[in-house]
Amino acid sequence: MNKSATSDWLLFLCFTVAVLAMPIWLKPFGADYPDLMQRFAIFGIFAIGFNILFGLTGYLSFGHAAFLGAGSYAALWSYKLLTMNVIPAVIFSIIIAGIFAFLIGFVSLRRSGIYFSILTLAFAQMSYNLAYSVLMPITNGETGLQLNLADPRILDRAAGIEATNSLPLPNIFGVATTGMPGFYFCAVILIIGFFIALRITRSPFGMMLKAIKSNQTRMAYTGFNTRPYLLWAFVISGMYAGLAGGLMAVTDPLAGAERMQWTASGEVVLMTILGGVGTLIGPVLGAALIKYFENIFSSFNKSELQEVFAFLPEGLADIMVSVSSMFVGKSWHLTLGLVFMIVVIFLPGGIMEGVRRMGRMFGIGKAPKEPLSVANTQGSQANG
Amino acid sequence: MDAILLQILNGLDKGAAYALIALGLTLVFGTLGVVNFAHGALFMLGAFCAVTFNLVLSSSTKVRDESVTLFEAYKEVPILETKFPNIGPVILDYSIPLSIIVAIPFMLMIGLLMERGLIRHFYKRPHADQILVTFGLAIVVQEIIKHYYGANPIPQAAPMAFAGSANLSAMLGIGEGIVYPWWRLIYLAFSLLIIAGVFAFLHLTTFGMVVRAGMQDREMVGMLGINIQRRFSIVFGLAAVVAGLAGVMYTPILPPDYHIGMDFLVLSFVVVVVGGMGSLGGAVLAGFLLGILQSFASMTEVKSILPGIDQIIIYLVAVVVLLVLPRGLMGRKGVMED
Amino acid sequence: MDNVVLHVADVHKSFAGLHALSDIDLTVREGETHAIIGPNGAGKSTLLNVCIGRLKPDSGHVVFDGENLTGKLPHQINQLGVVRVFQTPEIFPDLTILENVMVPILAKRDGSFKLNWFRRFSGEKSVRDKASEILSNLGLGNMLDYDASSLSRGDKRRLELAMGLSQEPRLLLLDEPTAGMARHDTNSTIELLKTIKATGMTNVIIEHDMHVVFSLADRISVLAGGKIICQGTPDEVKADPRVKEAYLGEEQV
Repeated sequence: MNKSATSDWLLFLCFTVAVLAMPIWLKPFGADYPDLMQRFAIFGIFAIGFNILFGLTGYLSFGHAAFLGAGSYAALWSYKLLTMNVIPAVIFSIIIAGIFAFLIGFVSLRRSGIYFSILTLAFAQMSYNLAYSVLMPITNGETGLQLNLADPRILDRAAGIEATNSLPLPNIFGVATTGMPGFYFCAVILIIGFFIALRITRSPFGMMLKAIKSNQTRMAYTGFNTRPYLLWAFVISGMYAGLAGGLMAVTDPLAGAERMQWTASGEVVLMTILGGVGTLIGPVLGAALIKYFENIFSSFNKSELQEVFAFLPEGLADIMVSVSSMFVGKSWHLTLGLVFMIVVIFLPGGIMEGVRRMGRMFGIGKAPKEPLSVANTQGSQANG
Repeated sequence: MDAILLQILNGLDKGAAYALIALGLTLVFGTLGVVNFAHGALFMLGAFCAVTFNLVLSSSTKVRDESVTLFEAYKEVPILETKFPNIGPVILDYSIPLSIIVAIPFMLMIGLLMERGLIRHFYKRPHADQILVTFGLAIVVQEIIKHYYGANPIPQAAPMAFAGSANLSAMLGIGEGIVYPWWRLIYLAFSLLIIAGVFAFLHLTTFGMVVRAGMQDREMVGMLGINIQRRFSIVFGLAAVVAGLAGVMYTPILPPDYHIGMDFLVLSFVVVVVGGMGSLGGAVLAGFLLGILQSFASMTEVKSILPGIDQIIIYLVAVVVLLVLPRGLMGRKGVMED
Repeated sequence: MDNVVLHVADVHKSFAGLHALSDIDLTVREGETHAIIGPNGAGKSTLLNVCIGRLKPDSGHVVFDGENLTGKLPHQINQLGVVRVFQTPEIFPDLTILENVMVPILAKRDGSFKLNWFRRFSGEKSVRDKASEILSNLGLGNMLDYDASSLSRGDKRRLELAMGLSQEPRLLLLDEPTAGMARHDTNSTIELLKTIKATGMTNVIIEHDMHVVFSLADRISVLAGGKIICQGTPDEVKADPRVKEAYLGEEQV
């Protein structure tokens, strides 16, 4: 017992060090600039939260982007109405997303399996469509919600901080959250988020969620009311998504409806699966890898490819360039889709499963404890 | 009254597309037990089959432009027109319906390939895995199309003869001034024909009966020792062809782009769920119903009372149906339930 | 001893016009082991499902210790102390064997819902000790950290029993605890059930094996065609001609 607690603290410590030291060890990969590292952290938070729902309970939500978007809007309104300080913005984004998740979860969790997925998808699409039309006064439609010189910013003005002729910057008690301070702010929140997820996973509450994933019917006959367990998991994971959305507005004070589109929900599913569903580190890893390769692959263009293949004979080089151009630049989603398929087919446990398998090959680690499938949803269980 | 009639008509062609995609989705789900998120990609592939066919037919050469006499001018003329001056232009004009001839074998091949190469290995995996892997496939297919055809919609023309609108009031003696594009009428008729064909195939042939029995009770059919594997492939191929043809014929109504499949898929899934997972009749019914509802919701009269309703009506209906009728309009007990 | 714990009163249940249960009236007294026997399709499992809230009766009601169970949800019935041990093992396949037993103990301790997300599950020492003790008593003590899915069918049923016992139920409903077991296993299960009986726990047991029934039951109800045709002590039941009739061609009584 003490052993597992110690190893958890060790895991947490390693995680903290790795996150804070990102600017150092990411240098050789050319990924040490704040904007990208910040994206790692933000999407890491999103994926950690998503995993609390999908990884622990097996409920696959296709609508988490709605909470991401809600978080961004909430943060922006906090800037506009109250203050440019990011702390209240982040708190508001969590609260608003939590309320939103409670409402959607309350209804969606009446069904399970694919019906649940469709319900969450339907709600997210509704939010997305409404953000473009009826909710214009809140979302500013297609243009996206932006800051304005004339915004009230009650608290800032009360404190005598006036934006004179340029738009004010989001800040944390006066320090602008652009560049490295912005990254460290997100990194600290990622570490806190990871710690909470760790506690949840190891807690009795987390164990009940795992038991629900394993056999929900049995839980009821064991005396558990599964509904509040699922609803809390849903709300918590929605709050993480909202937090991620709020953090997006920390560096770039802008919120658009496209963050709510279902493709954004799909992205977080990809991240979680790629890294390893149900694992603690996996989702963060998946998020970072996808954002890293997105950055690399999408920046490639034809002339760079030609340089790469310049050593080949001319005809062959042309073929290689045209083939590989399918996988980079604007088409990098093709690579993503392929990698994702390969992972689902051959390595349902994601990268973390791969690491475990490697470990076992070299004789470290234990026998597999998780079933070899991405998820074990209710729909797949045969008992009535 | 006329306005209502017009709205119903307007909803029908979209509803027909939903119905066709949902039909294939539910067929695959009912028999193979697979949730196919790549089904929308099949619709999109069908549409691009038509685009490609048209592109090939209109490949052109430079020809001296006789109408310009002052200097030597050239113009692009499709080879087809220069080689076959009589029939060529007609073929070109009818390229969309003609592309069906190419689309059927092509979609069948794609369908079989998909089933053999991928879907087959996921029969026993959880539904979430199926959703995920087909979702990945859908992204891949979509990106390949985007790579070759670009991101912009590619407009396609209906044959000249059907380019205009039909004056339904004059033809049927109902209402006044109800005009409706010919091609949409054609699409409606075509869809009904395909739906009828699928139902006839399932109800009148032995093969179809086995498939239907399989939808009722999969284990049972397996125990009868019937070669399910081969039938599964064929069913999947059939679903692919239906989705593909729906896509081919829809091109003049909505210019296809690479994400048309996903757009329709999300809605079609909602349609399937509303109709009831595993119910073919339900899928068709819900397809038309939601198409019509959507068209009603976009009437200005309705929008003025309930702003934004046109944007969310389908999802709203889905939520209500799922909560009130967990099995959808015509779903059977025991399908995808815990 | 004569306190009635469970009273099934006038319960009717039909499926699509087919009467699965009609006019069921059954009382179980505190501390007794009450066996429900009957030929296949007599409605035994349906009766059990009505008791634990898996099925709603069309009419009539089930009263446990003065509380009406009809209309209550499965988890509420469990929280009252009515625990069912399933015939086909309904375990948590992805959890370890120890966790499988710790979870029901927590249901008993913490109630149907508790958001204790900051505690450590593995730090619940008393729960853990209790679970491993029960598992050791059932002969599963040496495989606590294995996945439950890796167990053999017989061991899964023992685990199932351990999960039921761990909740210290006031009424334990056992659904064919020895079905499909070899004679040797059956005998050891009988011994185990005897020790449970000795603790004074009230048991309702559905069983096919008459050997098991007559070694354990204080009273027996015979169910046939959805009706109770006979209720009494083992000797009374043995002597009843209607029972022989119902079992004709089924099994030797």
